[in-house]
Amino acid sequence: MKSVGHSIRKIDGMAIATGKPVYTEDLAMDNALVVKILRSPHAYAKIRSIDLSKAESLEGVECILTYQDVPNARFTLAGQSYPEPSPYDRLILDQIVRYVGDEVAIIAAVDEKTALLAMKKIKVEYEVMEPVLDFEQAIGHSSVVHPEEDSSCNFEIGLNKEKNIASSYHEEVGDVEEEFKRCAVVVEDVYYPQAQAHTMMETYRAFSYLDHTGRLIVVSSTQVPFHIRRQLARALQIPASKIRVIKPRIGGGFGGKQTGAGDVFAALVTLKTGKPALIIYDRKETFSCTTSRHAMRLRVKLGADQDGIIRAIDMQVLSDTGAYGEHAPTVLGCVGHYTLPLYNKTRAVRFDGYAVYTNKMPAGAFRGYGATQGTFALESIVNKLAERLKLDPTEIRLKNISKVGETFLTGQGVMLGSTSLDQCILRGKELIGWDEKFPRREVGPNKVRAVGMAITMQGSGIANIGTASAEIRLNDDGNFTLLTGATDMGTGCDTILSQMAAEILEIPMEIIIVNAGDTDTSPYDPGSYASSTTYVAGTAVVKAAEELKSKILAQSAAFLGVTRGDVELNGLAVRTLSGNQEISFAKLAELTILGTGKLQLVGYATHGSEVSPPPYVAGFAEVEVDRETGKVELIDYVAVIDCGTVINPNLARIQAEGGIAQGIGMALYEQVRYDELGKMATNTFMQYKIPTRKDVGKVRIEFEASYEPTGPFGAKSIGEVVANTPPPAISHAIYNAVGVRENHLPITPEKVFLGMQK
Amino acid sequence: MQIELTINEKAVKWEVAFDELLADTLRSHGFLSIKTACDTSCCGLCTVWIDGKSRLSCSILSLQAHGKKITTIEGLPKEAEEFAQILSAEGAEQCGFCSPGFIMSVLAMKNELVNPSEEEIIHYLTGNLCRCTGYMGQLRAIKTFLGVV
Amino acid sequence: MFTIIDLIQPDNLNEAYQILSDKRNNTILGGCAFLKMGKKRINTGIDLTNLKLNYIQESDDFIEIGAMTSLRELETHPLLKEYYKGVLPQSVRDIIGVQFRNGVTVGASVYSKYGFSDLITALLCLDTEVELFKAGRMPLADFLTMPKAKDILVRLWIKKTLRQATYLSFRSSASDYSVLNVAVSKLDNHWTIAVGARPSKAAIAISASAMLSQEVPTLEKIEEIAQKASEELSFGTNQRGSATYRKALCKTLVKRGIMEVLPCKSN
Ligand SMILES: Cc1cc2nc3c(=O)[nH]c(=O)nc-3n(C[C@H](O)[C@H](O)[C@H](O)COP(=O)(O)OP(=O)(O)OC[C@H]3O[C@@H](n4cnc5c(N)ncnc54)[C@H](O)[C@@H]3O)c2cc1C
Ligand code: FES
Ligand code: FES
Repeated sequence: MKSVGHSIRKIDGMAIATGKPVYTEDLAMDNALVVKILRSPHAYAKIRSIDLSKAESLEGVECILTYQDVPNARFTLAGQSYPEPSPYDRLILDQIVRYVGDEVAIIAAVDEKTALLAMKKIKVEYEVMEPVLDFEQAIGHSSVVHPEEDSSCNFEIGLNKEKNIASSYHEEVGDVEEEFKRCAVVVEDVYYPQAQAHTMMETYRAFSYLDHTGRLIVVSSTQVPFHIRRQLARALQIPASKIRVIKPRIGGGFGGKQTGAGDVFAALVTLKTGKPALIIYDRKETFSCTTSRHAMRLRVKLGADQDGIIRAIDMQVLSDTGAYGEHAPTVLGCVGHYTLPLYNKTRAVRFDGYAVYTNKMPAGAFRGYGATQGTFALESIVNKLAERLKLDPTEIRLKNISKVGETFLTGQGVMLGSTSLDQCILRGKELIGWDEKFPRREVGPNKVRAVGMAITMQGSGIANIGTASAEIRLNDDGNFTLLTGATDMGTGCDTILSQMAAEILEIPMEIIIVNAGDTDTSPYDPGSYASSTTYVAGTAVVKAAEELKSKILAQSAAFLGVTRGDVELNGLAVRTLSGNQEISFAKLAELTILGTGKLQLVGYATHGSEVSPPPYVAGFAEVEVDRETGKVELIDYVAVIDCGTVINPNLARIQAEGGIAQGIGMALYEQVRYDELGKMATNTFMQYKIPTRKDVGKVRIEFEASYEPTGPFGAKSIGEVVANTPPPAISHAIYNAVGVRENHLPITPEKVFLGMQK
Repeated sequence: MQIELTINEKAVKWEVAFDELLADTLRSHGFLSIKTACDTSCCGLCTVWIDGKSRLSCSILSLQAHGKKITTIEGLPKEAEEFAQILSAEGAEQCGFCSPGFIMSVLAMKNELVNPSEEEIIHYLTGNLCRCTGYMGQLRAIKTFLGVV
Repeated sequence: MFTIIDLIQPDNLNEAYQILSDKRNNTILGGCAFLKMGKKRINTGIDLTNLKLNYIQESDDFIEIGAMTSLRELETHPLLKEYYKGVLPQSVRDIIGVQFRNGVTVGASVYSKYGFSDLITALLCLDTEVELFKAGRMPLADFLTMPKAKDILVRLWIKKTLRQATYLSFRSSASDYSVLNVAVSKLDNHWTIAVGARPSKAAIAISASAMLSQEVPTLEKIEEIAQKASEELSFGTNQRGSATYRKALCKTLVKRGIMEVLPCKSN
């Protein structure tokens, strides 16, 4: 293959690396109004009155909007395909504020200083109510976070507002209790993965204006342009046809930008004033007024027979969705969907889960999407089981993992199409030096080194829901344009999708123009999430390219006066098999575009998949623990990955290294914390520490390619699965080093130290 | 107040407010390579050179840059391009938002350190955060750039 | 964000001090990294750039460090790498990053008496004097206990000796604030143990230092002295660690500090 499988440089790489003006803020008009948000200082309160008189009279203040000025239609900021499974539980501005940072008023002014000054002059009187802060106390709390009548959902998601339950989910196959009784060994524990902040470097931002036809144009740093358009239409109560959403280059998303933030405020200002408006969330707002990973409590019970075959799994999950229910039901469901199929020798499994409302910042989509939390719990308990059975942790996995052609209990008969997880485990074991290092070695008077491991899976797209379209045109000059709605956020999908198109059309990538992420011109695509772009949008591109290729061959054959079977692609031309006649793409384009009775050659395809094939990772951690301080140093992290065919090895490698670094952050350093009044205490990079380059140690990646029959060129996904193994693998290594089983993430030195004192 | 400074070898006179920060001044004059990602001097995205030394443009008053020589990535097209080529060949400009500031630090390091070890490289660049790449690819690119293994 | 109504770059300290005393909201500007995080409304910002306080130099008896010297200069200056076993460069190297340390100043770092300070702990184990414009010259330890008054920190004087020192900080992650930091030094048989980020500001463990100066330190004795240091000082709890944990860390870091300095010959 000429394009696929090669480490091709990203088509936008040089521009973004050298700071060219290609991001949202760079593109905003200089005269755009600056939009700022007055936010609630209380975790739970009702607005009694708002006095705007002093603020409105300031020169340069263009408009100030409160809950009295917004449409009365509840919506969700979750960027999901319609009908969204997240509850419609918010208004643009509401009389009730549900967390510290919830929006109270929108201020638009000629510049930032004026807007901030105006903000200070707004007087709000609140009726403060008792907040629900501890998610373990949320169900049945005397305060109800969503007392309103008009919240609703498109589906039955188990919403029970009176009890603060945003969603509940139950799934059971077989009789778990009976099965546990038959098991030789049963292990059980409770795990607490924490809320984690995405901390993409480009904070949330959007810029809006009205175009020459009076339509609302929103340039947004988003992963989901089409969903944002629909969301704005509902929230603002205007037709979606009146809105165009454009996604420029984005400075990172990690799932955060799968949830709307800010767009609706800028858009409302533009609608009210007719003027361009720019909203930029500062780092504090990004930390404390958007979304985070769902904090959870997972109670897991595992039963196995004497040989270490896992026969029963029971998972009880409580998920903290915060003040609003964005992604609450789906993240909850994914905890089970992306963990239970790992081990398919089970005879019974049960999953019980609740996502609860609290008066804290909402949780949302975050790379891993429930799988991360589920993997931490399940893999930790499997490690515990291995110890109990005196089995090597790698052995117990090899005995239990699913094989190609097999099904799993909760999988409704879907067969596994590809896996090389067993090779991933064996290779990772070799790379980390497992046999020499497991479980621990003393390396100094107070220093001990140890290894730990975990495996994980994710999906590739959302089966039967995620659908992408792609269009490829032969342009008038013989070049091509690939139109896609896929949303490159640094992930490189503009590049990867054109690699695929180039491969099929047998052309160099340079002659493909990529046009993406614009709801006016792009074919529909749900956006960049659920690890769907390579797998779903990629297949759409392959199909579109194949269609175009066949049209090119047919049309060329007609021009050359031969049959379709007598021609083949040859560089930038089509020639007869005998080689004595040829027509260049440029000529072909000219002939199909000029004159009457012509039809420009276009390939178009829409693709949705009935399955969501799992990519896999086997992760291995080596740590050194200081017995006197509890300090954990990550020495080495090895991840061996099965993402099917690797379309672009370098880009896949960077995805993997980046995801693992985020997982390392979750394991050791990062935590969203609140004070006793519900105010976020970790709203700066000084208080919320993401790993620096000194904190990640050495991360090594290898690929064990499998071939996924349903994927483009055999590819599956990689974007999310890579984030999941570090918490359980590192936690396992720490346990092996010093015997401390810390189930509350992150595992800080102090926790390890105190654990050792016990 | 008016300040005079040299920006990328060009002498300019700019009108700035007393509490204006250099990062904002630079952006408002079209130096859009300047990115900012925090309000607490922690991320390093806004790195420029002042009199040849790397500095956080978000953490210095524009007035304090009076009389000084400022360099942004726009002023180092050749060097920046050379390193950016290596960085993007590695795929290590993921979202790219951190890249301009990172490149300014890498080039400053190249000027300041002779044959740095891996540890010295990591130490020198600790103040440049990146959330996308996990840092390994950046390190590979630097090693290629400096010709060290 | 902070606001500044006016800004002056005075040509001499007298003028700078005059302006500083003029109004309550008049403020000295260092590198501004800390100031800009606050919400302070500054009437006149006093920028000391023109006062030539950016220097490190040695005289017969002292090393002098001007208030406007950056932490990065402290980190890389040959003189400071040579003296006191490089304890000062060691102490500042983990603060955020190079481009940050190129901007923030020694004067602000000491004047502000931050509890988490790395630099103050290291300076405290040396023979450091602080020179303030108004209050004059005094030992650092005295300055630290003195009530806050508006003044200008002009320079530091560190006595040139063969003092051997080491600095250890414990951070939960790189470039975070210290959970605890410790500096230990020895001149002849005279030891000084300073502990900072308790999380309140650095202090000398006086009894432990004295004990250490009297003993021929065996491993057992060192453990005992480290224990003593952790008992005579007070520790508090904040987001970065509990008092209990800090106390335990103190013992470990003091012990390690002593062990690092022990083999060094200072005479
Ligand atoms: C994000 C962040 C992380 C940090 N982490 C650490 C750390 O881990 N360890 C550590 O030790 N330090 C740390 N610091 C503190 C840092 O090292 C500096 O001490 C601090 O930024 C002050 O330096 P500055 O030059 O920026 O001062 P400024 O912000 O300019 O001033 C700070 C204060 O000092 C006053 N001031 C300045 N100069 C003088 C003077 N000559 N005389 C009298 N008053 C003066 C100012 O009026 C102001 O009140 C951190 C700072 C920040 C912003
Ligand atoms: S913007 Fe973060 S350090 Fe300057
Ligand atoms: S590439 Fe996105 S933050 Fe570094």
